[in-house]
Amino acid sequence: MELEYSIEGGDFSKAGLASSEVKKILKQVNIKPEIIKRIAVAMYEAEVNVVAHAYQGKMLVNIDPSKVYIRFEDEGPGIENIDQAMQEGFSTASEAVRQMGFGAGMGLPNMKKNVDEFFVGSVVGKGTTVELTTYIK
Amino acid sequence: MDIFEIAKQVEGSVICQGNNSEISVNRAFASDLMSDVLTLSTDSLLLITGLANMQTIRTAEMADIKNILFVRNKKPTTEMLAIARQEGINIITCSKSMFAACSILHGAGIKPVY
Repeated sequence: MELEYSIEGGDFSKAGLASSEVKKILKQVNIKPEIIKRIAVAMYEAEVNVVAHAYQGKMLVNIDPSKVYIRFEDEGPGIENIDQAMQEGFSTASEAVRQMGFGAGMGLPNMKKNVDEFFVGSVVGKGTTVELTTYIK
Repeated sequence: MDIFEIAKQVEGSVICQGNNSEISVNRAFASDLMSDVLTLSTDSLLLITGLANMQTIRTAEMADIKNILFVRNKKPTTEMLAIARQEGINIITCSKSMFAACSILHGAGIKPVY
């Protein structure tokens, strides 16, 4: 099953809408609740990151009997130093993002913690790609 | 402790009952920082927060948190309540500070996550 969602940068009123829809679909295909929770947390963190940092982006989801693969592609400023961004507590988030309860520098490390395979790649001035893979069997 | 007893303890009200089957909690976590809430793996958790925006509800939805206590007289919007009902999340509000609410509920037997 393949799904695609658009994510608008800066629009916090809709942040989490795509993740909410995907979580409902994961429940329908009978994945274990504890696995769904981990996927949900990771994809929601990634979706919030797109809203917080990028101009626009998309979320591509591929569900097959063995794994759930989710790729986020955004157009935005990109990440200058990925090693630094992966450190807990490092953040470049704006005050507006912090007021929404995010921007504590926990997003990327928390995504990595909650999935089996994690990839983040970025081109400064162009955008960022995040891949989250979770094996379900 | 169930949500009605929690509301009684903090002199608050249950303003949204989205879930009838998971109304009891053993542990609570208090934070206005949703990033920290998303690092928890505890089940049957009460989220105590003063952050009343849509991301609070989305965070609870993603982290399978079924019970939220809003402190400092923060009121969720109609849209937040609609999503909470849809996602099976119970909401209590009270006018206590976060420290006061935590102190009362800890004294009444609710344990911290860590």
